[in-house]
Amino acid sequence: MTNQGILVVAEIAGGKVSPVTHEALALAHKLQPKLGGGVAALAIGAVSDAVAKSLISHGATKVYAVSAPGLAAYSPDAYVQVVQQVIAKANPRLVLLGQTDIGRDLAPKAAFHLKATLTMDCVDLGVEGAAIRATKPVYGGNAQAIYESAAALHMATIRPKAFEAMPANDAAHGVVEQVSVTIDQSKVKVKTLEMKKEQAQGLRLEDAPVVISGGRGLGGPEPFVKLEELAKILGGAVGASRAVCDAGWQPVAKQVGLTGKTVTPDLYIAVAISGASQHMAGCSGAKNIVAINKDKDSSIFKESRFGVVGAWEEVLPAFTEMCRELRGA
Amino acid sequence: MRIICFAKQVPDPEVPAASFKIDPATNKAAPVAGVAPVINGFDLNAIEAALRLKEKHSATVTVISLGKNLVQDVIKKPLSMGCDELILLQDDAFEDGDAASIAEALALAVKKAGQFDLILCGRQASDTDRGQVGPAVAELLGLPCVTLAKGVETGEGTVKVERVVADGTEVVEAPLPALVTVSNELGEPRYPTLRGIMTAGRKTPTVWTAADIGADPGKVGAKGRTVSTVKLFIPQVEKNCEFIAGENGADAGRKLALRLREVKLI
Repeated sequence: MTNQGILVVAEIAGGKVSPVTHEALALAHKLQPKLGGGVAALAIGAVSDAVAKSLISHGATKVYAVSAPGLAAYSPDAYVQVVQQVIAKANPRLVLLGQTDIGRDLAPKAAFHLKATLTMDCVDLGVEGAAIRATKPVYGGNAQAIYESAAALHMATIRPKAFEAMPANDAAHGVVEQVSVTIDQSKVKVKTLEMKKEQAQGLRLEDAPVVISGGRGLGGPEPFVKLEELAKILGGAVGASRAVCDAGWQPVAKQVGLTGKTVTPDLYIAVAISGASQHMAGCSGAKNIVAINKDKDSSIFKESRFGVVGAWEEVLPAFTEMCRELRGA
Repeated sequence: MRIICFAKQVPDPEVPAASFKIDPATNKAAPVAGVAPVINGFDLNAIEAALRLKEKHSATVTVISLGKNLVQDVIKKPLSMGCDELILLQDDAFEDGDAASIAEALALAVKKAGQFDLILCGRQASDTDRGQVGPAVAELLGLPCVTLAKGVETGEGTVKVERVVADGTEVVEAPLPALVTVSNELGEPRYPTLRGIMTAGRKTPTVWTAADIGADPGKVGAKGRTVSTVKLFIPQVEKNCEFIAGENGADAGRKLALRLREVKLI
């Protein structure tokens, strides 16, 4: 039997379905007429009614729910076995995951184990004849590549926020099937010992309507206090470039870019950031980019709607004060 | 202890976006005049992790590089940083592979290289940004695999890895031998010392062909691809930036705030 349809491997965080899973379901809906079969979701761990409902209302017509001890938290070697067993049952043509810390780890492990083809960090997916075509940024975002696979089973991870989720339809119908899986514990080699959470203060970067990011040009960790002050006035969150996080000026969780977070705020203010492609990969989806940079040739201005060419030491305090006045904060 | 690292030669990712061009004949980035290639930065992070372990536990570090047109000074950098041995996989049969066919060649090379405890490689290469080869090699060799390491420490028959996750880090443990992919959060790779450069200069890399590692020609390089490249293109993102000027920086800053209010962005 030829494989048909799409299976979305859901991500559940804090009892809620992650936005990237809803985005994958919307993409699955778009591709479904060409791939046949249905749109199913695989939920692993503690699968509550609310999780199942959220998956169905966002486009899944079937939910495979796998609840077993030891599956509540992500464990790569156990999750690969779950994915393998559910794929054997569902026989999908395409499996979608988010390009998140879990997707980055699980997708290649599952794909190479199953001898499926794989494209990661996709910003577009389509069907061309009998093949699946995937577009993904390469060379740090300087270019995009279109790859094609005609394999019986293709897996893809999608870049968060590259696709738009469908609005929840509470009247949508779907079936929830509890699947029991057998986990061979002797194959579970990688074991989690400890989670160290970095408590980012205030708004989550990915959810903030305004993001103010600082780059290497700030010269050290101290100026980030000024960015925090501006973020507070504008109701936003503070992000940073990779150079800043590598230097330890800001925690890694604040990194915006190819290897960090993807943000799509209404307003992205880049302070002393040159705009390297690998940084823009994380913020080019912002509705409006505003740049403050002393070098008028910085590539950040190419993607900005508004820009000021000047030293941040002079521009930022006056900008912040005027924002405070205008916002009455 | 023996550690194996993978190092890939890539175009310098620091080249300004404006000089980035594509060669449509090869579907790859066109070389920029006067800019030498570099070792993939994430691979250098992995080599740094290996050298930190070497300092602590007296390990030997073997580096394997696969590629064509390798520049001697570039590809020998891991040796000048302190790695002990360099193996080059050079054969037209290895060219233009994808993750699956590159991993096939690397896995065979690891087998030929002999006993090892740990494989370290970058989380992804800065040209393809694929992030698949490490886990693929682990699968082929049946090794436990940990991705996105920020710190790597070995114990009695185990490796403990602090890995980067969305809201912080996670510490995991796996039995050796294992494969770990390393992320930039590990920290800056060391600079080669003068002595290191001289030592590296005296070392001759071992060169292996497809026949040397017993590769099935249909499984490596372009012939072993499972995913084909349709095309490579530069996305057009040019926007018309409205520059806000003022009498001085502070004045421009105030005017920027007023303009943003005018268009209802703040």
